[in-house]
Amino acid sequence: MIRRRVVAESVVPAATLVGALLVWEAATQAFRIPRFVMPAPSAILAEGWDWRYRFLGHAWVTLYETLGGFALSVIVGVPLAVLIVYSPVLRSAVYPLIVLAQSVPKIAIAPVLLLVLGYGEVPKVIVAFLVAFFPVVVDTATGLAATPPELLDLSRSYRASAFKTFVKVRLPMAMPFFFAGAKVAITLAVIGAVVGEFVGSDKGLGYVILSATSYWKTELAFSSMILLSLMAIVLFGAVALVERVVCPWLAPAGDE
Amino acid sequence: MIRLDGVEKTWRTRRGDLVRALEDVTLHVEPNEFVTLVGPSGCGKSTLLKLVAGLTPATRGAIYVRDQPVREPFADVGFVFQQPVLLPWRSVLDNVLFSAEMLGLDPRQCRKTALDLLELTGLSGFETKYPRELSGGMQQRVAICRALLPDPSLLLMDEPFGALDAMTREEMSLELLRIWEERRKTILFVTHSIPEAILLADRVVVMTPRPGRIARVLDVGLPRPRTMEVEFDPRFKAVSDEVRALIFARRVAAR
Repeated sequence: MIRRRVVAESVVPAATLVGALLVWEAATQAFRIPRFVMPAPSAILAEGWDWRYRFLGHAWVTLYETLGGFALSVIVGVPLAVLIVYSPVLRSAVYPLIVLAQSVPKIAIAPVLLLVLGYGEVPKVIVAFLVAFFPVVVDTATGLAATPPELLDLSRSYRASAFKTFVKVRLPMAMPFFFAGAKVAITLAVIGAVVGEFVGSDKGLGYVILSATSYWKTELAFSSMILLSLMAIVLFGAVALVERVVCPWLAPAGDE
Repeated sequence: MIRLDGVEKTWRTRRGDLVRALEDVTLHVEPNEFVTLVGPSGCGKSTLLKLVAGLTPATRGAIYVRDQPVREPFADVGFVFQQPVLLPWRSVLDNVLFSAEMLGLDPRQCRKTALDLLELTGLSGFETKYPRELSGGMQQRVAICRALLPDPSLLLMDEPFGALDAMTREEMSLELLRIWEERRKTILFVTHSIPEAILLADRVVVMTPRPGRIARVLDVGLPRPRTMEVEFDPRFKAVSDEVRALIFARRVAAR
């Protein structure tokens, strides 16, 4: 039974991926597709390997722009969620602004931000933050409001202070919601950083993609894209891992 | 222990309609007495408990607990709800200790008491489990332990067995009686099961819906300790018939 599950969960997807890559490789050879239109996987891999040292620097820049934007979204988003839940006045004041900020396409904001803040890493961090903070605020606020009213009554019947109730009941109750938002936010932060780099930069994986395509170096653009996806997957996995550590009670029963 | 004098509770819905939940409720509960409140849904039973606990103010009338007027939540009271509302991130033992922590007591000193309570309710061996690894009945036992930990002299129970299946429900009722025999306290217990109300109580308070009023207070007068056998006692049937008559007669009259 266990063996069958291993086959279903890891062997099948891996085989599908390898199969797709083989078909891709064969197709580029068979139909003689020009390499700048659709390079073969082997060519992408070779180009990526050639670039391995230069990639390190670019990946690092994109990584810290992403992490910076994500960190800001948590630092700003969580307290904002608390304010929204605890103060009806702030809720009606802030919520429309948040929704408005969310409805403006971030890609449209990016050029303006770069104009104002210059071409350094800061505007990229800001774009990543703007893209990422919405799910953090909304999910954390939902989580904070999800405490059963009976538990709040119980806390009150014990004459516990609002702060104590917040720390011991509401905040832990919101953790699964917060992490749901954080997992979306971290992948969005990668997009935000790349969008920022597209608009104007001389560093980062987004910059590599842009300059590679303008020189018809499609293999390089592809390998940079793959590296970006890997980064997003690893970052997502890291947030999921932190969630497992912080919220061990969420692990399915009998999982150990 | 508890005294309600002409208590009325009304509130406004969001649409601005006045809802009269309770009207002219007068009730005295003696120390260590087990009183059940029975009535159809929406008769303000739960509201009554909240009023007694000081969680919400009465619109009119006065409430006294231990001869002190109730204006806000006070010490020495335990609350059990229909849902166990445990904290999913805490182990069973830490959930029991939650009440001590919220009261500002030192949880380390309450550990022994908590373990004793878990043993009393048949939960030994489950101390380190998470609530979701427990059945509904066991979760509710944990909630009862949590309420009993500071050893309150007053216990307010709002349909505590309402979400359990019929078999677990009977078992839990008998268990509650056993605990109550061992550690006497005043219990105000809300239910909409007539047999449960009679099995547990010294006195049954029958309520009518909208606005909630006390139709009558019935003395049960059955000997203790009680078992399920008590249901075959003719006195049990007599009380049960009377409760039914009070609840259903109203309904017919209302039509």
